[in-house]
Amino acid sequence: MTEIAETDVPFLPRGVRVHHCAVRKGWYLLAPERAVKMDQIAHAILSATDGDRDFCGIVDKLAVDFNAPKDRIAQDARKFLTDLVNRRMVEIRP
Amino acid sequence: MNQPVAMKQALSAVPIPMAMLAELTHRCPLKCPYCSNPLELAKAKEELSTEEWIDVFRQAAKLGVLHVHLSGGEPASRRDLEVLTSGAREAGLYTNLITSGVGLTERRFADLVERGLDHVQLSIQGTDAATADRIGGYKRGFDQKMKVAEWVKASGVPLTVNAVMHRQNLGYLAETVDLAVRLGARRLEVANTQYHGWAYRNRFALMPTPEQVKRGGEIVAEARERLKGVLVIDYVTPDHLATYPKPCMGGWARVGLCVTPRGTVLPCHAAETITSLTFESVRDKPLAQIWARGTAFTAYRGTDWMPDPCGSCDRQTKDWGGCRCQAFAWNGDAATVDPACSKAPNHAEMRAAAEAEAAQATDDFEYRTM
Repeated sequence: MTEIAETDVPFLPRGVRVHHCAVRKGWYLLAPERAVKMDQIAHAILSATDGDRDFCGIVDKLAVDFNAPKDRIAQDARKFLTDLVNRRMVEIRP
Repeated sequence: MNQPVAMKQALSAVPIPMAMLAELTHRCPLKCPYCSNPLELAKAKEELSTEEWIDVFRQAAKLGVLHVHLSGGEPASRRDLEVLTSGAREAGLYTNLITSGVGLTERRFADLVERGLDHVQLSIQGTDAATADRIGGYKRGFDQKMKVAEWVKASGVPLTVNAVMHRQNLGYLAETVDLAVRLGARRLEVANTQYHGWAYRNRFALMPTPEQVKRGGEIVAEARERLKGVLVIDYVTPDHLATYPKPCMGGWARVGLCVTPRGTVLPCHAAETITSLTFESVRDKPLAQIWARGTAFTAYRGTDWMPDPCGSCDRQTKDWGGCRCQAFAWNGDAATVDPACSKAPNHAEMRAAAEAEAAQATDDFEYRTM
């Protein structure tokens, strides 16, 4: 698996969507045969993954929103998104 | 007054289901000899109506169900599949169509896509037309599936290829992986046949050899590594050759439920084989009530029902005691250990029976019929 580059645009493909479950009072990432409970950080990363922002843009937004250092955010977001790419729940547009 | 507290605790112990298998119909043009439907199939006139199904979808979503699997039989045999798909989607459910592809047309499929279908699971019986059509008992089925896969790929809707494996096609597992990649699937489910109902009847023609299973595991391990980010592969070792039983349904009445064409609510699609249980229908009671308090659901929910070896096993919340249907079939009592577990007293007997079945020379099927 190649690393996600700064200018890559990650996006949720059709059939993968963020869903708020009113019964469980939480956010879920729904995908084929999978429902992944999202914590606050996961939800923030995927909310910033809007199909327009490139990876760099996602990191910039999160760094501002969370008032946190960019390198640390980039590390976390890259790990999280790469895992979802490997599970075919996120796709990348160069 | 202790009672309200006790009742509150009992209710709060009821888990929230994640998924519902909606068996819209038992009608199907194919005749797969391992069909997971019961031997006694529901007739068209017994099926829940459009309105009844949509009401079930709404009740399921309210209960916390996230995924609905629109299945059958062949769900496309229902003329109202499009309306049902909209109904499920509008209820807030993630909609998965489990289909053989037969009965879909390009126009019908485009309509389903328009209505928000989330995912398609397409079954394949083999990797070439002759084999696939012989196993499915339906001519030109394979060609139709290849067409459907193209429509799905073009639509962008994620595709899972579902390949039920057994002795007569497990030797083509590598080709099955290649076919799934060629069809543009995001996932491949390598489903080893579960030997209930029709499959049990055909076990002499279906049971794989231990060598085939071992080779199958190696092929999957290699393909998973090679196809990371291309194809996700689900694979579960056949029961009798595993050391521990599979956590059937993720635990009885814990994460999923099934509604049959007649509206009967089951903790697992094969649960009706446990003839000691009584099942209830959405025609008589609310879904939430059946899920929470139906006797078939409470019978084996959690771990309290477990006798030893499960009762004292540190894997009890990993395996959940394995498969209740298999325990009933082998032991005559569903509240016993699944013989697939190496700790079961009759595990060796089960394995020996499977190996004897695998050594049979017959390739002939008793096809599923209505």
